[in-house]
Amino acid sequence: MDLDALGACLTTPACLVTQTTSGLIVGMLLFLVAAGVTLIFGVLKVVNFAHGTFYMLGGYVAYTALGVTDSYAAAVLSATLAMALFGVVFERALISRVYGSNVLMQLLICYAVVLIFDDVVKIVWGPEFHAMGMPPAFQVPPLFIAGGVVPPFYAVLIGIAALIAIVLGLGLSMTRLGKTVRAAALNPQMVSALGVNTTLLFAIVFAVGGGLAGLAGALAAPVRSLSPGMGFSILIESFIVTVIGGMGSIAGALVSALLIGMVRGFGTIGFPQFTDGLIYIVMIAILLLRPQGLFGRSS
Amino acid sequence: MNGLITRRTMLAGGAASLLAAPWVAKAQANTLRIGMQSILSGPIALLGTSSRNALMMEQDRINAAGGFLGRQIEFVFRDSKGQPQEAARLTRELVNSTGCELLIDAEASSGAFAVQEVVRDLGVACIHTNSETSSLTADPKIRVPTAFRVARQGVHDAVAGSIYLSEYANAKKLNKWATCSPDYAYGRDTTAQYLQFFKQFKPDIEIVTEAWPKLGQPDFTEVITKLIQAKPQALFTLLYAGDLSAFVNQGNIYALFTQMAVATPNVDYPVLAAIKNLPPGIQSATRYLETFPDTPANKEWGQAYLKRWNERPTNWSWQNTVAMHFYEAAIKKANSLDGKAIAAALTGMKIDTPFGVDGTITMRDDHTTINYAIGWGQTTPKEPFIIDVKAADWGKIIELETEWKKQQKYI
Repeated sequence: MDLDALGACLTTPACLVTQTTSGLIVGMLLFLVAAGVTLIFGVLKVVNFAHGTFYMLGGYVAYTALGVTDSYAAAVLSATLAMALFGVVFERALISRVYGSNVLMQLLICYAVVLIFDDVVKIVWGPEFHAMGMPPAFQVPPLFIAGGVVPPFYAVLIGIAALIAIVLGLGLSMTRLGKTVRAAALNPQMVSALGVNTTLLFAIVFAVGGGLAGLAGALAAPVRSLSPGMGFSILIESFIVTVIGGMGSIAGALVSALLIGMVRGFGTIGFPQFTDGLIYIVMIAILLLRPQGLFGRSS
Repeated sequence: MNGLITRRTMLAGGAASLLAAPWVAKAQANTLRIGMQSILSGPIALLGTSSRNALMMEQDRINAAGGFLGRQIEFVFRDSKGQPQEAARLTRELVNSTGCELLIDAEASSGAFAVQEVVRDLGVACIHTNSETSSLTADPKIRVPTAFRVARQGVHDAVAGSIYLSEYANAKKLNKWATCSPDYAYGRDTTAQYLQFFKQFKPDIEIVTEAWPKLGQPDFTEVITKLIQAKPQALFTLLYAGDLSAFVNQGNIYALFTQMAVATPNVDYPVLAAIKNLPPGIQSATRYLETFPDTPANKEWGQAYLKRWNERPTNWSWQNTVAMHFYEAAIKKANSLDGKAIAAALTGMKIDTPFGVDGTITMRDDHTTINYAIGWGQTTPKEPFIIDVKAADWGKIIELETEWKKQQKYI
């Protein structure tokens, strides 16, 4: 524990800017993955343990698409669309068969998908790590704001994630489809009775969730190593985000992802040996005060 | 009936198969199985896959030369995924269920210590090929009668690297250093060894911060920004494989390598190839380099590996190759596969190999190898990737290793 260093950091503009940017990038990437988890749970009450696989496949699809098209934008778009499609297939072929079933059955199916696609990745891309590398447009020196370091690539990533958060928030609250999704989350039987095609609606929810995870994988690919099983670590953190934010709450996912990001960003200065533990302590503290999570509805 | 299989033909075929079965089974039983478990998937799978590649080349070479004691050899590979408990389970399974008579333990240190205890129990011959944590063989309490190490070792690298880096730091006036190493036995122990010797050679260095990311950690942002905040003049890191690649790629976007000098002993060919925009001027150990030792035999082996696998070998590749050379010589000398007999033959054995600093490597009586090539130089983005290589002084390495062993009360 180094509280002096933490205090010095919080009072130094350079450190504040650098660590806040660090927290924002970690938090925003987490949000993109966790938003899908919480959306799917909110509407379908399915805990998608295979969500990390979407993230992993998104990274690999982007890696391949970049090799083919030589365009990072095309790579990101390909990964997002491919994972949206994968989400639909996953929902129609597997998850739709276990709606309302025991959660263990859902867990079993998700775990099978995780193991199968980890092996598929090994077969298709090989067991060793791959590095996509930074797109040429972002191979530029970092910006220095008040003495703090802000990489342009991360600034763009934070911007994209923030845009997604706004679009998702507005889409859910202001569009007909969004309102239907929210209604289905509250009372799916009533929504179905009113003539809404819930089969299509559920597939759309999985498409959005899968697409967001694929997008996160593609955005992270230039800086993180791609390897089979890489979805697991982000899955754990995205579940923490979902639980802290409140199961089913997009706003909660955003706030808690940023909270986790900041705990990581500043925790590494003040609690260098205990950053991971600190995240769980934050989770425990919040759940003791609000068992339903920050934005969750009390049952 | 021509062209059709009659009942009589079927019966005759079946009978022939039954008669032939024992011979087939005997031929299969005569094959000598060698178990190898390692990390074959995940961010540091390169450790396992480049070891496996080298062993498959050795399998072909040894079988073409008649095998071990007249028996063809066959490797059985298993993926522990880097989990120590899985490594221990697989080791037991390879011997008890799969019938392996020899073991190559190609785990990182995290798994090697678990394997060591299983080998102690089984009594089979085992060579650790990738664990660099010195205590595995240096500590008599951990050492096992039938287990040996054919791998570079933390304390050897620490002495060699500290001598080189202290000269470099003096020349560049670098006194404030940071460290960033993986958070497990190898990272912790070897960093401590480096710092011990580094301070011995350059007493005025100050460690301004330490970072301990997890093995296989996907995001190093918080580590990188912490390093930037501490404002060291130089960084020493023991990250390796995919972790090192991700760290460098993420560090590049923070211009980390323009803000501090960087030194690492862990740069291998495939990592160099995978790192996009490799910063020039990183102080680096050679691990494996075709041009060090600069001999025809070393280059020939490196090129043969490249031709077979379409990628360059790693440090782990040569270590596994040398392990098989040691097995080959020891089994021939002992004329036995018994663990104790092989151990007796291996102890003190010296073999000719392209990877020794003078063309030989010796298995010391404390079950570890010495005299392998250790050099330090600086990176360049294109081949040969590391230039201006200076060879380490093995006399000095052994002298300081002995001091260290006394401090640890190992001798």
